Amino acid sequence: MQPAIEVLQVAKRFGAVQALAGVDLTVRQGEFFGLLGPNGAGKTTLISALAGLVRADAGEMRIMGHDVVADYRHARRLLGVVPQELVFDPFFTVRETLRIQSGYFGLRDNERWIDALLDHLDLTGKADANMRSLSGGMKRRVLVAQALVHRPPVIVLDEPTAGVDVELRQGLWQFVRGLNRDGHTIVLTTHYLEEAESLCGRIAMLKAGRIVALDTTSNLLDRLSGHRLRLRLAAGSPLPEALAARCGSSGTIDLELRTYDEVEDVLRLLKVAGARIEDMEVGRPDLEQVFVEVMRKS
Amino acid sequence: MNARSGFPTLLYKELLRFWKVGFQTIAAPVVTSLLYLLIFSHVLAAHVRVYETVSYSAFLVPGLVMMSVLQNAFANSSSSLIQSKVTGNIVFVLLPPLSYAEFFAAYTLAAMARGLLVGAGLLAVTAWFVELRWNAPHWILAFGALGGAILGTLGIIAGIWADKFDQLAAFQNFLIMPLTFLSGVFYSIHSLPEFWRTISHYNPVFYMVDGFRYGFIGMSDFPPGVSLAVVAGCFVGLAGLTLLLLKTGYKLRM
Repeated sequence: MQPAIEVLQVAKRFGAVQALAGVDLTVRQGEFFGLLGPNGAGKTTLISALAGLVRADAGEMRIMGHDVVADYRHARRLLGVVPQELVFDPFFTVRETLRIQSGYFGLRDNERWIDALLDHLDLTGKADANMRSLSGGMKRRVLVAQALVHRPPVIVLDEPTAGVDVELRQGLWQFVRGLNRDGHTIVLTTHYLEEAESLCGRIAMLKAGRIVALDTTSNLLDRLSGHRLRLRLAAGSPLPEALAARCGSSGTIDLELRTYDEVEDVLRLLKVAGARIEDMEVGRPDLEQVFVEVMRKS
Repeated sequence: MNARSGFPTLLYKELLRFWKVGFQTIAAPVVTSLLYLLIFSHVLAAHVRVYETVSYSAFLVPGLVMMSVLQNAFANSSSSLIQSKVTGNIVFVLLPPLSYAEFFAAYTLAAMARGLLVGAGLLAVTAWFVELRWNAPHWILAFGALGGAILGTLGIIAGIWADKFDQLAAFQNFLIMPLTFLSGVFYSIHSLPEFWRTISHYNPVFYMVDGFRYGFIGMSDFPPGVSLAVVAGCFVGLAGLTLLLLKTGYKLRM
């Protein structure tokens, strides 16, 4: 089976800035793939190059086997991109916007799918409203609908939940998860790492135009061995000397442990000192900690 | 997979865009040109007679119509592109599988359509109080269409090149306006001193206006066949340049 996306040694420079420095990446069909990195890492440049908005200086890119430059017509029909910026055409209504976008892909009679998209994205009531009259969240949903209007098998979402409220975010993820279950390949960039952790099966981390980590989400989480223990003590509880330095001003203690056996040692120390525990939480490192660690080391 | 072209939709979108604000894009330019006609024909009719058998008003109307066609064709493609670039919605036409030739054709045809609509509107209104001749309608159509196409093409170049509205305004005010106003809309170049007459021959808009006017009154400063060749040559050159800009993605695909 052809990979959904193939990126081979892609480089792009904007003046003095090397936005992409020889990126290699393969995304398999049906994956929910995360593309993470700090601002300026090259995520949007990589997506733009895939979509034909940016011309790479070197390298090759393919969507489902179709070169994005030499065979751009095929490649673009297979790709749907939700841009990061909240852009819209103020001359048209929501339905006109979707009809026009549909027509750009050669689809003239696409009304049933447009209605389905409006319904899924809770926009039916706004179908005949001018784009200018919509709230930011609604405009974001129209952008999602525009990216899906030609039923692309590969969908790229460039920070789709930036500045979006919780309700819309959850609704959007439910919809995108459904698309992924139906076989669509999803590529997501986001600064909300908890979203990437819960949604993405594999993740690539970019820094200064290079991929510095690429693995399954679970393997990335396993990179940081050990466990996290968080304790909250009752006010006025005495502290053992060994833990005193780890106690925050709010009375919480955060400890990184190699094994669960060490929990027992900590609890014994507290008991001997006469401290009373109000709350305790044992967990594994999250993607945010992994991300910080990867960025620090690379 | 459905592989039909997106060109008809892009053309439809560009037509719908100006049609939705028709008061601003069609009615207003007609009124402006009408004011030019009323003022100039009233002031100059008794003093100027360019051709013995043609009244000044009958001479002026074709020039004003052509000027409207040209200015509105330019305004259509240039404003559409600069607005899309500044607001960022240009991505909606860059993401789909549209070729650069389809892009060019859609923007140029929409610009021609607006220019010709304004021109037709102005003719319809002036026909009430100026007796017009219709000497050779095929020349009128040929020069009207080619003139609209040339300025529509120039509008695409300006829209692609300009990053800000004031850069576009500079293009319009320092290039398009002088070329159109100094093209013999209000006078015959035979009434100019030798130096300015020679300079006028290097202005391609002069040939558009002169040939277009010939279609009405049957008289011109230059043979209409030669003018048509000059105008067609200009279009081919500008179209080639525009297609090259679009193909390379200049200022559109970074």
